[in-house]
Amino acid sequence: MSTRAEAAAPSSGPHPLTPRLFGVVGRTVETSDVVTLALAPHGGDGIEFRHGQFNMLTAFGVGEAAISVSSAPGDEGPIEHSVRDVGPVTHALCGLPVGGTVGLRGPFGTAWGIRDDRLASGADAVIVAGGIGMAPLRGLARDLLARQHRGHGRLYVLVGARSPDQVVFAEELESWRRDGAFVDVSVDQPGPGWPGTVGVVTTLLDSAPFDAARATAFVCGPEVMMRFTARALVHRGVDAERIRISLERNMQCGLGLCGHCQLGPLLVCRDGPVVPYAGVGAELLRERQR
Amino acid sequence: MEDLIAGQPLFSGLPGDVAATAAGCARNVTFGTGRLLLAEGDEATTLLLLRRGRVAIEVHGGDRKTMVVETVGPGQVVGWSWMVPPHTWSFDARALEPVGAIAVDAACLRAKAEADPAFGYELLGRISQALLQRLQATRLRLLDLYGDVDAG
Repeated sequence: MSTRAEAAAPSSGPHPLTPRLFGVVGRTVETSDVVTLALAPHGGDGIEFRHGQFNMLTAFGVGEAAISVSSAPGDEGPIEHSVRDVGPVTHALCGLPVGGTVGLRGPFGTAWGIRDDRLASGADAVIVAGGIGMAPLRGLARDLLARQHRGHGRLYVLVGARSPDQVVFAEELESWRRDGAFVDVSVDQPGPGWPGTVGVVTTLLDSAPFDAARATAFVCGPEVMMRFTARALVHRGVDAERIRISLERNMQCGLGLCGHCQLGPLLVCRDGPVVPYAGVGAELLRERQR
Repeated sequence: MEDLIAGQPLFSGLPGDVAATAAGCARNVTFGTGRLLLAEGDEATTLLLLRRGRVAIEVHGGDRKTMVVETVGPGQVVGWSWMVPPHTWSFDARALEPVGAIAVDAACLRAKAEADPAFGYELLGRISQALLQRLQATRLRLLDLYGDVDAG
């Protein structure tokens, strides 16, 4: 796997530091603090992107934030970004109405890498997401489910959330289950009547019957969750080379110029966010402030 | 029963005589949806190895509703209080769906472990590993990983 090789320069806009104007043409409230914005350009073509890449979205008068694309490259219609309200910029983005305008730069960063020999040969694909970590995996899941329907290996989607009402894309997860994917959800704090699993997301690995020896895993969520999930996947028998994680840092320029997102030897905006767990990923997840 | 015991993660990969020793104390049990497998305050007499179905580990909060601490599924153990005095369950365990389990008589198992230190040592090592995994999972949940973050 070479996620570096899949890194792409931004393909749109007159200059990668100049945002293009996009209009909010759809707005879906996913949970109490997550909103999905459907964006269409005010003029010109949309942007080409790949699974796992992100854009810099501008809330005018407030600031700019790195937001993962949550739709799939081949999806019809506008490009989607799912935003969690965690600060001033994302709060402003989440509050935008249909008809509002954002600035968009991108796409930036490395991709999940859906096109490789192992996946093409029909090996299982395992997605493990925690919280808003499902956003950059949503489009990938859609295409991996289409792959399953073509007879090329099953899709497993394992999701962890704080509570049942914080499960992002809950309805879509259910539709994937109906369409044949193995979908399981675990929460930390169940409400009354929750029929599912209670516990950390790694516990779901025990009951997911994927072929670990050949599987490819895609993991996104809080870094602690990714670290323990990756270890559990390796313990289960998944090759560390076949585990991909998505890092999150303070991305600002998106071009590897400003250095705000430096993590060890990487500039996450350029060399990430998707990196292989083997080697660099495992090292980076162990990085700590001293 | 010996094969069923050997198929459980707690006993998998152990020499056949270990599974045979444990099987001498075991029987199959089933529980319907909503039934209590064990109840807080009752004497802890049984090691339950889940074969099918999910079980909620619960605590009732007086005037508050019953709270689910975690769920366990096939291949996992329900209840540890049989290991150490006073051998009293600390939580409730309730079947969320039809449950099949292997019930191992705790007094029988403890007696065999005391009579055969090699068996007891191996058993305790396996149980410690399972307890460690459960402890680590609990610690992770204490972090509230998906809670509020400070970002843009």
